[in-house]
Amino acid sequence: MSNEKIQAGLDKYNASVEKVVSRFPERPNLPEQRLYTPLDIKDTTYDEIGFPGMYPYTRGVQPTMYRGRFWTMRMYAGFSTAAESNKRYRYLIESGATGLSCAFDLPTQIGYDSDDSIAEGEVGKVGVAIDSLADMEILFDQIDLGKVSTSMTINAPASVLLAMYIAVAEKQGVAADQLKGTIQNDILKEYAARGTYIFPPRPSMRLITNIFEYCSKNVPKWNTISISGYHIREAGSTASQEIAFTIADGIAYCEAAIKAGLHIDDFAGRLSFFWNAHNNVLEEVAKFRASRRVWAKVMKERFHAEKPKSMMLRVHTQTAGSMLTAQQPNNNIVRVALQTAAAVMGGTQSLHTNSRDEALALPTEESVMIALRTQQIVACESGLADVIDPLAGSYYVEALTNKIEAEAWEYINKIDEIGGAVAAIEKGYIQKEIQDSAYKWQMDVESGAKTIVGVNKFQIEEEPPKGLLKVDASVGVAQCERLAAMKAKRDNAAVKASLTDLKAACQDENENLMPHILNAVRVYATLGEICGVMREVFGEYEAHVNL
Amino acid sequence: MDIVEELLKGNRLALSRAITAIENEYDDAVEIMKKLYPHTGHAFVLGITGPPGAGKSTLTDKLAKAYRAQGKTVGIIAIDPTSPFTGGAILGDRIRMNGLTMDEGVFIRSMGTRGSLGGLSHKTADAIKAMDAFGKDVIFVETVGVGQSEVDIVKAADTTMVVLIPGMGDDIQAIKAGILEIGDVFTINKADHDGADKLVRELNMMLDLDAHSEQMTQNSTEKALADQFHHLNVAKHAAGAAWRPPIQKVIASQNEGVAETIENIEKHFKYISENGILQQRRTERSKNEMLDVLHNNIGTYITRRLADTGELEEYVGQIKRRETDPYTVVADIMRDMLKE
Amino acid sequence: MEKRIRVLVAKPGLDGHDRGAKVVARALRDAGFEVVYTGLRQTPEQIAEAALQEDVNVIAMSILSGAHPHLFPKVVDLVRKNGMDDVLIIGGGVIPETDIPALKEAGVSEVFTPGTPTGSIVDFIKANVK
Repeated sequence: MSNEKIQAGLDKYNASVEKVVSRFPERPNLPEQRLYTPLDIKDTTYDEIGFPGMYPYTRGVQPTMYRGRFWTMRMYAGFSTAAESNKRYRYLIESGATGLSCAFDLPTQIGYDSDDSIAEGEVGKVGVAIDSLADMEILFDQIDLGKVSTSMTINAPASVLLAMYIAVAEKQGVAADQLKGTIQNDILKEYAARGTYIFPPRPSMRLITNIFEYCSKNVPKWNTISISGYHIREAGSTASQEIAFTIADGIAYCEAAIKAGLHIDDFAGRLSFFWNAHNNVLEEVAKFRASRRVWAKVMKERFHAEKPKSMMLRVHTQTAGSMLTAQQPNNNIVRVALQTAAAVMGGTQSLHTNSRDEALALPTEESVMIALRTQQIVACESGLADVIDPLAGSYYVEALTNKIEAEAWEYINKIDEIGGAVAAIEKGYIQKEIQDSAYKWQMDVESGAKTIVGVNKFQIEEEPPKGLLKVDASVGVAQCERLAAMKAKRDNAAVKASLTDLKAACQDENENLMPHILNAVRVYATLGEICGVMREVFGEYEAHVNL
Repeated sequence: MDIVEELLKGNRLALSRAITAIENEYDDAVEIMKKLYPHTGHAFVLGITGPPGAGKSTLTDKLAKAYRAQGKTVGIIAIDPTSPFTGGAILGDRIRMNGLTMDEGVFIRSMGTRGSLGGLSHKTADAIKAMDAFGKDVIFVETVGVGQSEVDIVKAADTTMVVLIPGMGDDIQAIKAGILEIGDVFTINKADHDGADKLVRELNMMLDLDAHSEQMTQNSTEKALADQFHHLNVAKHAAGAAWRPPIQKVIASQNEGVAETIENIEKHFKYISENGILQQRRTERSKNEMLDVLHNNIGTYITRRLADTGELEEYVGQIKRRETDPYTVVADIMRDMLKE
Repeated sequence: MEKRIRVLVAKPGLDGHDRGAKVVARALRDAGFEVVYTGLRQTPEQIAEAALQEDVNVIAMSILSGAHPHLFPKVVDLVRKNGMDDVLIIGGGVIPETDIPALKEAGVSEVFTPGTPTGSIVDFIKANVK
């Protein structure tokens, strides 16, 4: 049918709809456009959509996608002590999880030892407490680091945790070049959305480029960064903002690495991303597709990358934690299933599914099992993983992909004008945009413009949930005792020497810090001691808040 | 708790409650101020103003730390705008000063501009006095923006520092909007950003021009009249415009240029002390304070009387019906009241 | 008189999830309150001292890390020790129902769990502030 004919048909349809709507009004708060036709994508050439495994990767980064092998089912876990978490990891591997994902407690994430006064009440709460190599050895006890791929949600002190991982592998007899996994290592989104920063931007960017450089030579299979939109979305951004701000962060990392003398194709293939799978299924699918297209263009046109791998946006996904409700928590199972479907139709490379009880507490083993089974059901039973990019060609999804891409470019250009992501964060621009969206969301929920089942509609009287997982306060005490015992046993002269050496290295901007950190962790210098030295030299970041 | 007695003993909660009484116009506020007044007049008061986003709070934080290192105690009053629609306010300056919270020698109080601007400058002046009586050596008053309200507030300061940053787009506009006259000391924050040198050049040019034009108009009676209630300009003239505000480039977040800024502030304070300008400013301030209280009290007294007797409504009705006019009404009221 | 309700919105503990705290801060501002926001990683000592200097009527805290059983009561203690007996202290975040009685026992007036409309927090403050 020619466009003219379609337009004529559409006009006829619209006229008839107007009559219907005057008698039976539509629901309020709907997207303006009710129907999509070929006219909405008439300017989209097939070059923009393309083929899987080929530029611009709109349809996915691998040629066969899930027809070869499913995405990595990677469950984020970790709590209390290294020994407890080790038990959970081994349980997950036995249950069919194909990758590990370590959650660290907040003192670890901010570079404090468990016996620091600031850590009081936090030890082992949202993840496992790691003070030194000794804890890391227990965490991966009987887990073959040559086989498993491990993702670590660690940012400001990522260099230290990576060094500990390498050191544990050494003890297992696994060479660094065999290690597979990811460190999050994305400090910019910490400033903008997640809040577990330590150092100011400049030394933080140096640490990140040091890791890029070190790994490109010594740990080549390691994903050196997971540039994360997940937390930006959790903080309240829209889908377009999520990918725009994250890609802007990605641009900043590339620029920093290039400035440090690296070639784009030497490190870009190890960059990975981290998206949120939110509630609106089709919008999320479009977001995944748009993000791959934007990144491919950025890498090719802006950075003149030549290797295809450099242009591929590979992504880990987590279902939206902020969309879980404390009310009627079993409903969350359904939400997570839909979010999983979105991530899979969007073409993710790995996925963590949240557990139903996470708006209330840490997940129980039973809840984690349901979450993992959700992925397995989508993979094996739904058929969604059987054909590549199944929603391509949908007038709506293609138009939405274009729209999200356009909105993302608009933000990226705006951030360029401000002077890049670092400047935009220092000015508070990105934070303000996110906060505005978060506030709008909340007001929409409160006004009823947005319905959340069980929260502002279909509520019921509920009994308080039972059987929630709780981390006992004694965990902190025991961890401090273990730390003290370790300190008494180690070679303190060697620790002191390694820290003095590290300090000198910090002061020399041209020095790569990774080998120095590795030396320190090998002699059991603690995370707090190592970060303490860096705090001394680098100072601490002061947040920009503009409500 | 006897607020005054406890405040003078160094009770921080009493100081806090005194400022609340001032801010909320509690009935005991006047009594508190009366008793505190004899204990005031010792602190050095620094006004800090400049456009939003200039990094004033971060700079205040660094200056406070530097004064603390000299062994001086510090009070900080940080003012943020109140929403004219809801009456609410986000008071977010403390966040840049978190490192000072646990220092017992520092007391930080955030204030919203709330309703009337005149009321705010009056309340700020009283809050300064409360901190002064408490024994603070140095008191900072930090305001947002560059409007008339800021000019009024910084009148309570001995030295006024204007903070600017490069790349605001309308640098010159901001400078023209009246802050050139009130700045005794200028600070260009975020001096590592593009355009810092250009801003310094432009500012230098304008300050030179300003000094020149002041000398030109010094003898004009018109200007003298206009300046009568403007102690800042009076002070400048008295010294023959000899103080040329210095400009310091600063990177507050990295503590660069902070020592030099303090040097400038101290130089200015020394200058105004030695030339009698400080005394003149403080005399002028005492006069303004008295007149403020006078105007405020008379206004309140008359308004309340008129409201109580129902005359207010009656007058308004007459004016609305054009039976009379506001000027005649006020003249009548003045005649009646002053007769008493 | 020009009294305004003053609220300190604080994040004790180390978690960086301040979406809720910021949304609440804005909602309270829009309800006509004066909101002092102190940002992330505040120790109980810092919160109590800021509350004293600002002479707030309400302290509203948010924790998502699970450190509330330790940190909320500590703030209450310190605030009361400072002689601020009538400050309303409220909390929010990922807080299991079963923890709430103990927090109330410790002096936290109300605990708001996920899904609470900001309007309920405003109403609670208006009804209970002294």
